[in-house]
Amino acid sequence: MRKQDEKPIFIRPGEPETMVSATAAHRASLVGINDALADKGFITTTTDDLINWARTGSLMWMTFGLACCAVEMMQAAMPRYDMERFGFAPRASPRQSDVIIVAGTLTNKMAPAIRKVYDQMPDPKWVISMGSCANGGGYYHYSYSVVRGCDRVLPVDIYVPGCPPSAEALMYGILLLQRKIRRTGTIER
Amino acid sequence: MTEEDLRNLGEHVAASLGEAVSDVRVVHGQLQMVAQAEKIREVLRFLRDDPSCRFVCFTDICGVDYPQREKRFEVVYHLLSPSINARVRVKAPVGEGETIPSVIEVFPGAEWFEREVYDMYGVFFTDHPDLRRILTDYGFNGHPLRKDFPVTGFVEVRYDEDRKRVIYEPVNLQQAWREFDFLSPWRGEPAVLPGDEKASAAQEKQQDEGAA
Repeated sequence: MRKQDEKPIFIRPGEPETMVSATAAHRASLVGINDALADKGFITTTTDDLINWARTGSLMWMTFGLACCAVEMMQAAMPRYDMERFGFAPRASPRQSDVIIVAGTLTNKMAPAIRKVYDQMPDPKWVISMGSCANGGGYYHYSYSVVRGCDRVLPVDIYVPGCPPSAEALMYGILLLQRKIRRTGTIER
Repeated sequence: MTEEDLRNLGEHVAASLGEAVSDVRVVHGQLQMVAQAEKIREVLRFLRDDPSCRFVCFTDICGVDYPQREKRFEVVYHLLSPSINARVRVKAPVGEGETIPSVIEVFPGAEWFEREVYDMYGVFFTDHPDLRRILTDYGFNGHPLRKDFPVTGFVEVRYDEDRKRVIYEPVNLQQAWREFDFLSPWRGEPAVLPGDEKASAAQEKQQDEGAA
């Protein structure tokens, strides 16, 4: 929660509380850095922290829209939610991306293709499974043509529930992924 | 077009095509007819070229499976005539193992639709230049929209860490099959819409009185 004496920061309608508090904490850390810079002219940190900071702050995501979830994924990237303010920018090539969002129904025919795309991504790499279909087959769980969860094909880091998940839910998933990287991230993965 | 006009058009079509078509009638405000499978090309060409029909816009081909019928499958052609603003539905019954002529030479756009019907039902189209599966997985077994095809299919995929590739395995459902659709008209007890039970009760009462 935000402290009472803190000035309210810029909040857009529909912005969840978690995002606000994340931004507030970020702002507080920036004030600390600013003070240290003004006082000594330099700041110190660990390499791990620096690398994690760089990783969480520039997560390039591979667009892998398979169904209606992709529309909600685009919505999250558009100006209203604007994922790029977290450095979460879309890339069209797997060779340049760090995280893949599996947005939609993964079919048997698509499974080798998505694995190939995942294999082409450079390490370290993460996977966000978005929506019921990608999480566990969802509506098509018993279908003859659908993979019962994309975790049968890829190692998933974050599952975002919903059918489709709202753009806010996906943003929350991204923030959780950043938190996961901060907690577990080392130079080797 | 009014229903009267459609009926007249249907009579004209039936008279011109003779025994190639039967059961010409107006259903749901649209003309519908049953064609002999081996004559389907002539029927569609007539519907396209006849000056009073001009069904030049080819909309769709779909298949239907009726397991109880002698000729199990039905290939349904949908055409649109922009000049008389009417649609027509041509049904062609095809038995299992029988073939139906491809209509690509009449409507070139039919190619992929015929591939789809072949993929989903296993109906063979003769003279089709490239009759491959179009939607299902590479090396898929069976025809999924047949009524006797199990909905979960026969294989499922997963990534094999040792072989470093996606492999196929026989279906093994971790989550047992659950049926949520209690009101489906396709299985189980006949679904009675709310309010309809009064009508059947009244009918029974009438029958009882008649018997007495």
